[in-house]
Amino acid sequence: MKRREFLKRSAPFAALPVVMNGLPITALGSPETNNILSKAFVNTDHVLVLIQMNGGNDGLNTVIPTDQYTNLSKARSNVMIPLAKVLVLDGQDGTGFHPSMTGMRSLFNDEKLSVIQSVGYPNPNFSHFRSTDIWHSASDTKEYWHSGWVGRYLGHEFPNYPEGFPNTDMPDPLALQIGSVVSTVCQGVSVNMGMAISDPDAYYKLITGNYTPSPNNRAGKELDYVRKVAEQSNEYGQAVKTAGEKGNNKSSKYPTEGENRLADQLKIVARLISGGLKTRIYVVSINGFDTHANQVSATGGNETGVHANLLSQVSEAIDAFQDDVEQLGLQDRVLGMTYSEFGRRIKSNFSLGTDHGAAAPMFLFGANVKPGILGDNPTIADNVAVNDNLPMQYDFRSVYASVLKDWFCLEDTEVDTVMQKTHQQLPVLKDSCNTSSIERAKLRQAGDAYVMNYPNPFRVQTTIRYESDGGHIVLQVFNTNAQLIETLVDSEVPAGEHEVVFNAGTLAPGTYYYRYQNGSLQQTKPMILVH
Amino acid sequence: MITSVQKTARTQSGVTPYSGAWTEKEVTHLLRRTMFGATKKDVDYFKNKTMSDAVDELLSPSSTNPSPPVNNYNNARITDPDIALGDTWVNGPTNGALNNARMNSLRAWWVGEMIHQDRSILEKITLFWHNHFATEMQVYRDPIFGYRYQQLLRENSLGDFKSLVRAITIDSAMLVYLNGYVNTKNAPDENYARELQELFTLGKGADSQYTEGDVQQAAKILTGWRINRTTGVSYFNPNLHDASDKTFSAFFGNKVIKGQSGAAGENELDELIDMIFDEEEVAKFICRRLYMWFIYYEIDATAETNVITPLADTFRNNNYQIKPVLEELFKSEHFFDAVNRGCMVKSPTDFFVGLMRKLDVEFPDSSKVADQYYFWLLVHQICSQQQQAVGDPPSVAGWQAYYQAPQFHEIWINSDTLPKRNQISDVMIAVGVRRGAERLVVDAIQVAEMFDKPGDAKALVQDLIDYMYTLDVSTDQKDHMESFLTSGLSASYWTKAWDDYKADPGNDTLKNIVNLRLVTLMKYVMNLAEFQLS
Repeated sequence: MKRREFLKRSAPFAALPVVMNGLPITALGSPETNNILSKAFVNTDHVLVLIQMNGGNDGLNTVIPTDQYTNLSKARSNVMIPLAKVLVLDGQDGTGFHPSMTGMRSLFNDEKLSVIQSVGYPNPNFSHFRSTDIWHSASDTKEYWHSGWVGRYLGHEFPNYPEGFPNTDMPDPLALQIGSVVSTVCQGVSVNMGMAISDPDAYYKLITGNYTPSPNNRAGKELDYVRKVAEQSNEYGQAVKTAGEKGNNKSSKYPTEGENRLADQLKIVARLISGGLKTRIYVVSINGFDTHANQVSATGGNETGVHANLLSQVSEAIDAFQDDVEQLGLQDRVLGMTYSEFGRRIKSNFSLGTDHGAAAPMFLFGANVKPGILGDNPTIADNVAVNDNLPMQYDFRSVYASVLKDWFCLEDTEVDTVMQKTHQQLPVLKDSCNTSSIERAKLRQAGDAYVMNYPNPFRVQTTIRYESDGGHIVLQVFNTNAQLIETLVDSEVPAGEHEVVFNAGTLAPGTYYYRYQNGSLQQTKPMILVH
Repeated sequence: MITSVQKTARTQSGVTPYSGAWTEKEVTHLLRRTMFGATKKDVDYFKNKTMSDAVDELLSPSSTNPSPPVNNYNNARITDPDIALGDTWVNGPTNGALNNARMNSLRAWWVGEMIHQDRSILEKITLFWHNHFATEMQVYRDPIFGYRYQQLLRENSLGDFKSLVRAITIDSAMLVYLNGYVNTKNAPDENYARELQELFTLGKGADSQYTEGDVQQAAKILTGWRINRTTGVSYFNPNLHDASDKTFSAFFGNKVIKGQSGAAGENELDELIDMIFDEEEVAKFICRRLYMWFIYYEIDATAETNVITPLADTFRNNNYQIKPVLEELFKSEHFFDAVNRGCMVKSPTDFFVGLMRKLDVEFPDSSKVADQYYFWLLVHQICSQQQQAVGDPPSVAGWQAYYQAPQFHEIWINSDTLPKRNQISDVMIAVGVRRGAERLVVDAIQVAEMFDKPGDAKALVQDLIDYMYTLDVSTDQKDHMESFLTSGLSASYWTKAWDDYKADPGNDTLKNIVNLRLVTLMKYVMNLAEFQLS
């Protein structure tokens, strides 16, 4: 399979001007800019649809660890979903979905939807804004990157953008955002690689959203003129409009327009893909997950209320979209991913809601996902404190890195370039790049312990014993607030058994988690420090 | 004259002194037209004065002789043997090998003067004369000529137009640019003689009826001017001058300018200029040019009667002094008429120099002369990419935006320049441009802090709209803009984010949270069509 093609260059590149777009090349910031003449990009028709659940989704009421039901009920009785109402999943004894998620349950049972448990990042930030920025930029919690991971990916593939675009190789927008909430995920190192539209039918809205009517005077005349040029000069606008006209939807599962904003957005996405748009990334979003109060109904039962309605919309939208994609024959080209800036606190508050938390599940959907659940149910302690949070099992950047590798077919070094550091990859996707799979035989072998500590409980120090099958091992210790206490191992470790001593030093007594990851295989276990 | 414009409310207003409201809106309108970008500081300064005092002050630059451009170019590859880094080269000696470096120094410096202008019309009116008496540095290729040329314009920009015409006629840059220095009695060159009438004084209006014969006669009068190779200054060489009598057409009353030999031949130039300036059309033509530069490109019949005619009278009654004309124009009802606000398509300098000034972008000071000139030249290059190269207009007619019917100012905006304007503002606010340790970038937080309530998303959006646009926008559009600050959450999250940052401004996390959102909002604001109007 021919994975890479050299971009066919048109005339402007014959002689590289001192300034591009009015800016010196150095202003464009990317060192890759200097290599544009030799740059090759991956020729793929794969599409990624990002669904942002804005506000912080309550993961524990979304993917419910029914094997932890007793302790979880103690921590959040007033928002707890009745056990009998939890949707049972095929082949999963201890884990179920929120009762609103019937559509996603079907997809899960049909092996078109997978769950990644407890996704987060070390030292989580509980500000919506900051945590959203971290999810979009894929930086560490203490780093500030202005570019988004999608923007960097597209900038890596099309380093010269927007100079010389659109062109015959890439005639369409690189990324499209549908809807009004603007995210920075498509921000490249210097220019934004995405374009926002609210409706492909309304051509005039393509660039600016809703125009303000122009006044009936000289200023209005000139405003009309500038707007007309803006429309004409946005070649992508025409491409989107054409695709919107050519494309269609086939699923009858979509709700009536206006009832489910997310479904409306995904419907546009399906239509544009079916209309032949070569856009690689679509970004859609749904607001309202910031459920500090009344996330469940005070009167209708805990399986109803604001959060139930939101999950119902997400589930209905994804189910309809996937159905549409299949009927349109696009199932091999489309992958979906949900994310939210954080999960919510284990312990609920008195106002029938939950406060900002840490790790939460992510969903991937499409014909190419590895079905099932990656990771373990979170362990809920007997006596959860107000500020306790779920420890992360997987770093969200490992999910991104896996998508870049196994969906957009980048080489490992390229993945590192886009992500700006090395993140372990996860076996979340079927091989769709004809490259050697990273899958390991040991994947998700329930019950096998790859890591354990002794003694436990412990005073001051404990020995953590782990097994490596060769390759990169990460061994980290977190507290119950999901803060990273120490990274004990982060390196290549030869196959075999190894051990490392954890010294608690002056840490306060209580529960800590140690997280082990060897490639795709990860386990997170609690240990108790006593005095 | 243009007569048909579909969507245009009209006005009867003329030059009667304006006596209406004097609020931030009027101050901003006046500053947008007379300077590059109306900055918050300048608006605040002038709104506490009367309109009349504000106009008077704008028309009284403190100096027309700024400290001259310097050697910014000494580096690993180039060394000026005569002039040290940071010292001016305008007093020579000339050095052909350094022409390009010095011309770029001049280009950068000129734009630097615009960026750092004082509270006066000086830079806007100097650029007006540069467009009017257009020369191209890349044609005459002499940085010292270029410096003297722009100083001539600058020093006379608000003074005596008639003297300016005489001086520009024998300016070295102009003599080279329009071949005046090779115009001799044996080989007359009509180039300058034609433009003197067609572009510089009389124009091509219906009432300008000079003939081809008049061009030829004027060319003879202008024979004999040369440039001293050592000093670069022009001089009159009687031996090359056509001393025959010059007879003009009926348009000039069949005037005969008596040929003079010897040094007296130079005086024929004064007679020629007197003859031209006897025509009333000169004042009208210049007033129309000023109107198109400062008001709008369409001069309808009412404006011709109510504005151009009285302004031209003022011009002539004041012996072609420019300042009284501008004073009458800027203090007039017509200038402040609602119909004439916000209708100028921003020129590239208005757009980019204005953007730098409005958003208070900090440039390196003169202790870092190489960096300082680098960034000034960058601004120059960006304006050049946008088709307005200061120092090098496209032809002797100046920039098309000021003469080419029917589009005029709209010519600045096309499918190439508009997306680039958006890209430029995007880059300037997001990452800026770096040179070594120096960075030219908009500080979005600093911009937000110009306003009263940056923590109030709704108020900040409105303040930004009022500051950046002349037109208001719809509620839908404002809601959309607010969502950039609130990320789709409750507005209180923005308020909290802002307050948290203000309580601990040294905290990078808190700072980045607000900065990223402000950057996204400001990018959007500058990408809307409204931002292209002034």
